[in-house]
Amino acid sequence: MIATPQLRPPSVPAPPPASAVLRVNGLRKCYGDTVAVDDLSLEVHRGEIFAFLGPNGAGKTTTVEILEGYRSRDGGEVDVLGCDPREPTRAWRARIGVVLQTCAVQPELTVAELLRLYGSYYPAPLSVGETLELVGLSAERDRRAGTLSGGQQRRLDVGLALVGDPELLFLDEPTTGFDPAARHHTWEVIGGLRDLGKTVFLTTHYMDEAQALADRVAVIARGRIVAEGTPDDLGGRDHAATAITFTLPDGVAVGDVPGVDVPLVQDERGHVELHTTTPTRVLATLAPWAEEHNVELEELEVRRPTLEEIYLRLTEQS
Amino acid sequence: MNATALTARQLRYDQKSFWRNPQYVFFTVIQPVIFLFIFVSVFGNKTTLVNGHLIKRSTYYVPAITTLAIMSATFFNLTISLSRLREQGILKRVRSTPLPPGVFLAGRIGTSVTVSMLLVALLLAIGRLLYGVSLPTHTLPACIVTVLVGAAALSCLAFAVTAFVPSEDAAAPIANVIMLPLMFISGIFIPASEIPSGMQDVANVFPVKHLFEALLSVFDPSVGGAGFAWGHLAVLVAWGCIGALVAVWRFRWTPAGQ
Repeated sequence: MIATPQLRPPSVPAPPPASAVLRVNGLRKCYGDTVAVDDLSLEVHRGEIFAFLGPNGAGKTTTVEILEGYRSRDGGEVDVLGCDPREPTRAWRARIGVVLQTCAVQPELTVAELLRLYGSYYPAPLSVGETLELVGLSAERDRRAGTLSGGQQRRLDVGLALVGDPELLFLDEPTTGFDPAARHHTWEVIGGLRDLGKTVFLTTHYMDEAQALADRVAVIARGRIVAEGTPDDLGGRDHAATAITFTLPDGVAVGDVPGVDVPLVQDERGHVELHTTTPTRVLATLAPWAEEHNVELEELEVRRPTLEEIYLRLTEQS
Repeated sequence: MNATALTARQLRYDQKSFWRNPQYVFFTVIQPVIFLFIFVSVFGNKTTLVNGHLIKRSTYYVPAITTLAIMSATFFNLTISLSRLREQGILKRVRSTPLPPGVFLAGRIGTSVTVSMLLVALLLAIGRLLYGVSLPTHTLPACIVTVLVGAAALSCLAFAVTAFVPSEDAAAPIANVIMLPLMFISGIFIPASEIPSGMQDVANVFPVKHLFEALLSVFDPSVGGAGFAWGHLAVLVAWGCIGALVAVWRFRWTPAGQ
């Protein structure tokens, strides 16, 4: 049994502002002369899945490791669950769960043994059976960790971070290198964490992952937050122009198409593309014209900019 | 759960992990047994000069191979397994949990000391049953103390060396480069009486020879008293302290470059 995912449909409004479980203000970190993180501020609310996006070398891992208590900082205020992670206490560690980007487990121990062992580190752990169900590894409980597939090992990582029943989970690139089935399976597990009321701080390179899972996203580039919002309105995505593309049949030139108020661009293979903020009006002009002239607009596609396009634009600009 | 209970649990899981790993079991447990069979079978009936008198080589090789076994269970096993745990991010993961770091490390040392004790018992049993090497019962407390002190000192040194191991693959070669020559010049394989005195002087600086000679005095039938070799034990304790200090100074929980 796997917890049912709740992939938030785009129409659902953002939840009302809840109490912040994580607050960063003016964070700064340098390595020698290199400024890795510069005046970075962000806030994560209780119960949300927050995706932290950014290219390699943008300061993503540095930021996350400061929040997890692994790294010192050179300036700014950081509050994670009411504590400064610069001085991590045992009680604080019991309230967070960490899934590192690359980490193995003792391959000789079984899945259930590892969950029991790691659970014993925490004051009020979940049961092994419950954790196995949450991460969908019930069938693998007696297998040695070293014999699991990559996707199963990653779900075990999530299980080990979850078994202590933490309030806040850090997931660093949880599905990098997975095949699509394993990714979707892991997404279901992460989506299920929301139902448990957990707050998730997710780092990822995959925009479809952020789109499917996140309530809010923030993009970091060159040590600064360059945009913040929901996956649907990030970087003005909700107002950005929609692309309409189609192919004209032989004998119909791009000049024959009735005037719409934006330029039409045709590439050498005959694809016509236009960008509009009023796609319905454009289609209302195109469709009757095509029908009247018996023209089939092949490969007709209406496409809002993807999160990936917005992300690339944001990270290239800065 | 208190620290003792946590350590006991950690030790139990570390033991499981150890005995299920064929590489660790072979190099730590089976290899010393093979060495004992070979050395005693080939040279057992000869005699060698120890402390000015002749003893049977079978009597000589039981403490010699016991020394090797303790080193395998502590120094080699810890250096290699801790480097692996660190480079694969397991130490880093453990660090994110509320488990006190000392408990985790105590579990590792406890595993090594436990395996050392088991190995010593196994080698003594083989020596006694197959080759008639007797363990004088009045030196048994000295034997146990020597094994514990030696195992603890070598464990501390393993933590110190691990701090300087740059990668998982480098751990075994580094451990061998340090310890293999020391084992040869300390008389583990070749009786000390056949080793040039200059080499013995070098060996005298390092802990291997002192552990071996402390164990040898437990087995030497001509040694009277309880068999405690206090001078050798003191050197082992000193090396253990050096190792512990270096480890406290340099030990890392995160993989290289992180």
